Amino acid sequence: MSDTNKFDQIKDWYVSNFTRFESKLNGQSETFLHDIRKESLTKFKELHFPTIKDEEWKYTNVAPLLKDNFQLPQYLGKTVIDEKFIYNNSFTDFDYDRIVFVNGKYSPEHSIIGELPKGAVISSLESAIKNYPELVREYIGKHTKVDNAFVAMNLTYSTDGLFVYLPKGQMLERPLQVFFVSGSDEDKVLSIPRSLIIAEEGSAAKLIVNYVGTGSNSYFTNTLTEIHTGANSNIDYIKLQDEKKNSFHIDHTFVYQDKGNIFNHYSFAFGAALSRTDVSSVLDNENIECHYYGIYLGTDKQHIDHHTFVDHAKPNCMSNEVYKGILDDQSRGVFNGQIMVRPDAQKTNAYQSNKTILLSDKANIDTKPQLEIFANDVKCSHGATIGKLDQEAYFYIRSRGVEDKIAQSMLIHAFAADVIEAVNIEPMRDQLNHKLFEKLNRVEI
Amino acid sequence: MSDTKIRVEDFGSEEQAKTIEYLTKSEYKWGWTTDIEADTAPKGLNEDAIKFISAKKEEPEWMLEWRLKAYRNFLNMKEPHWLNAKYPPVDLQNISYYSAPKKKPTLNSLDEADPELIETFEKLGIPLDEQKRLAGVAVDAVFDSVSVATTFRESLAEQGIIFCSISEAIREHSDLIKKYLGSVVPQGDNYFAALNSAVFTDGSFVYIPKGVRCPMELSTYFRINAQETGQFERTLIIADEGSYVSYLEGCTAPMRDENQLHAAVVELIALDDAEIKYSTVQNWYPGSKDGKGGIYNFVTKRGACRGKNSKISWTQVETGSAITWKYPSCILQGDNSVGEFYSIAVTNNHQQADTGTKMIHLGKNTKSTIISKGISAGKSQNTYRGLVRIGKNAENARNFSQCDSMLMGDKCGAHTFPYIEVDNQTAQVEHEATTSKVGEDQIFYLNQRGIDEEDAINLIVNGFCKEVFNELPMEFAVEAQKLLAISLEGSVG
Repeated sequence: MSDTNKFDQIKDWYVSNFTRFESKLNGQSETFLHDIRKESLTKFKELHFPTIKDEEWKYTNVAPLLKDNFQLPQYLGKTVIDEKFIYNNSFTDFDYDRIVFVNGKYSPEHSIIGELPKGAVISSLESAIKNYPELVREYIGKHTKVDNAFVAMNLTYSTDGLFVYLPKGQMLERPLQVFFVSGSDEDKVLSIPRSLIIAEEGSAAKLIVNYVGTGSNSYFTNTLTEIHTGANSNIDYIKLQDEKKNSFHIDHTFVYQDKGNIFNHYSFAFGAALSRTDVSSVLDNENIECHYYGIYLGTDKQHIDHHTFVDHAKPNCMSNEVYKGILDDQSRGVFNGQIMVRPDAQKTNAYQSNKTILLSDKANIDTKPQLEIFANDVKCSHGATIGKLDQEAYFYIRSRGVEDKIAQSMLIHAFAADVIEAVNIEPMRDQLNHKLFEKLNRVEI
Repeated sequence: MSDTKIRVEDFGSEEQAKTIEYLTKSEYKWGWTTDIEADTAPKGLNEDAIKFISAKKEEPEWMLEWRLKAYRNFLNMKEPHWLNAKYPPVDLQNISYYSAPKKKPTLNSLDEADPELIETFEKLGIPLDEQKRLAGVAVDAVFDSVSVATTFRESLAEQGIIFCSISEAIREHSDLIKKYLGSVVPQGDNYFAALNSAVFTDGSFVYIPKGVRCPMELSTYFRINAQETGQFERTLIIADEGSYVSYLEGCTAPMRDENQLHAAVVELIALDDAEIKYSTVQNWYPGSKDGKGGIYNFVTKRGACRGKNSKISWTQVETGSAITWKYPSCILQGDNSVGEFYSIAVTNNHQQADTGTKMIHLGKNTKSTIISKGISAGKSQNTYRGLVRIGKNAENARNFSQCDSMLMGDKCGAHTFPYIEVDNQTAQVEHEATTSKVGEDQIFYLNQRGIDEEDAINLIVNGFCKEVFNELPMEFAVEAQKLLAISLEGSVG
């Protein structure tokens, strides 16, 4: 049986769950979101789970993820997590607000939100639909592109997620730490959060989004985030994907950028057996800056895939991407970065760099940096390098009497620094560095 | 015409725009048709057509079988459509698969050749005898599928070098053909290669024996003639242990309105310590300024570095064709083997090019270099697509890739799709790509030194492509530079 047939059978199973899911929705089936859900279900039926014959999924085979039937959390008992678990996974040494979701559902007992600037909202999407229906209705689904079954699946089954609203000129003083905790001891769970972030003109915020796992079973996080940034706003979105190593993570993030906006996206992909992060930005006005940073770590048999798409639709913008990979054991990295410069987007500066270090003979990387340019007055470049640790630098350090393991760690530290140092919350840098070495199981520098 | 007009503000000054407009009007310089009565097969693709070709070529039975096997493969294949270009579907049934000049001359020298034919070559500015004498180049001229003149054969034969048409090789060197034909590009490799394997009518065959350094550049001039005849060339070059050969391929084609399909296959085989240098200047009819007509150049070119320390180097200057779709590739099997790819692809008006290379590293200490320069002008689309694959056992493989694009005008596009797949940690792979336009400051600087607009741009473009020109054999480099200037006439310079 071909992959497509096998995948379709599983999809049919997910589709067939809908009636039962609908009956458990209670009040939620009355909201406008439910119309979106039904629309998405139709698309979900039409679309297929991608196979390696799809150009966008050429190097990522999702078969291991489709082997199991993941259950919607509504069918399972509540996963209880303790405060210590959250604390241990938090970034510390600075003030922050915190909002926690367990298996995609808002968990008020773990969330601590202090005083916010006037008009600002940090809440669950479910309550935002009740309290700010007009706002949600205006922005939800506006920039999502439903081109594969995972996206359609999220839109069909998600009931909750993060909601952030920043009114004009307001700035979050403290970074917001978001937790998406997934997993269950009872069964294999499908955690399916859908988030919406709206930043009005001149607003600013820093978000730290942590994906972590609990429980003994494997689970599947299928997350989707929409970020709408208004003119001259400034948003940092730092994502730490630290899912359990027996689990799956698929993330689609759609960003819309308006005039003069600065958007920084950081992706630290440390966990999961198979993970895929799709980030796309539409630069839909002038003087926009878009920065993507990423570090992907692989050990054992981890498979880590990043896809980025920066769409320069208007002139005088700049984008910059720096992705670094460190792959050990039999891990596999995939990077696909696409820069599109539309005919109107004159005076565009777009840069992209993807560097990968292979620490073992069995690790491998498939990278595909793409430029598609339809305007002439542009400066665009991309670069990709792949290799092991720089042998000359290594020799130099060794010749100064530094032992093998430490010399290697020094080089890894330096390699990752380009990305880690770009994080604007200073106390996070050391903690990220610490996590990195912990994951790699190497001497920390 | 008005739709190709380039806006003044895009180029800084009105004078620049005038230059551009003047140049836009220049026509394809080498468009004409030679009237030679052709012995043409009826249109259509079927087993009978293949049998007709095979019979016309007086081929042995096994060759016919080989072709039919390819044809059966072909029947099970679908036309690929992943190319980054748009074109109307090709009707393969509307093509005649064989056309040859009726008076097939058996010549010892050029003097006996059809005078009309000689005239054609003279129009091209490359009279055979002239080249033979001055440049020391042996020319196997393929005029519409059948070789009519093969020169310098004797002096090459003295060293044991075989340089003849593929049809002749099939008849006379069947052992080599049986061993190597289809060994790099198998009959079922891809849709167009399978088609070629079934219906190829002519092409060149080169064999360089052990330890021989071919004393001259071998060269073939292709020319597509006779209306609605697709050309299905087959080239096979074998460099035996320790040998060296440099092969030149160049072409121009007459002006036509129907699209003409060209699906050639080139196979190179380098054994231990052998080196093959394959240079192409491609200037087929690119279609009119409105995008009408032009050649479809769907070619499969692949070289296998079978032996240790072998080397294959592809150099191409692609200025013609409505659509260019080809990836001259190197399979680096032998330890320490080297693959190189130097390319200039120029697109203007409505041309579309999707070209690049594949470097497949299998052996230890294999090295590859990719230098690709794309220039897009007018409303053209220019794509670099390339693959670098480092296999599990390719210890210490090394690749360096550089893909630069230059854009002229705001209606064209430049695209880069590099694929890098690394399965071995000892590999060192580097890829970089840039895209930019001709710098106004550079033009200004040259203007200031009294160099006019057109020359200034030519100078800048030449500088941009220098790395590739340097790889071309001397006499080709001169021609290529002229070609580049002619191709870009009508855009900026």
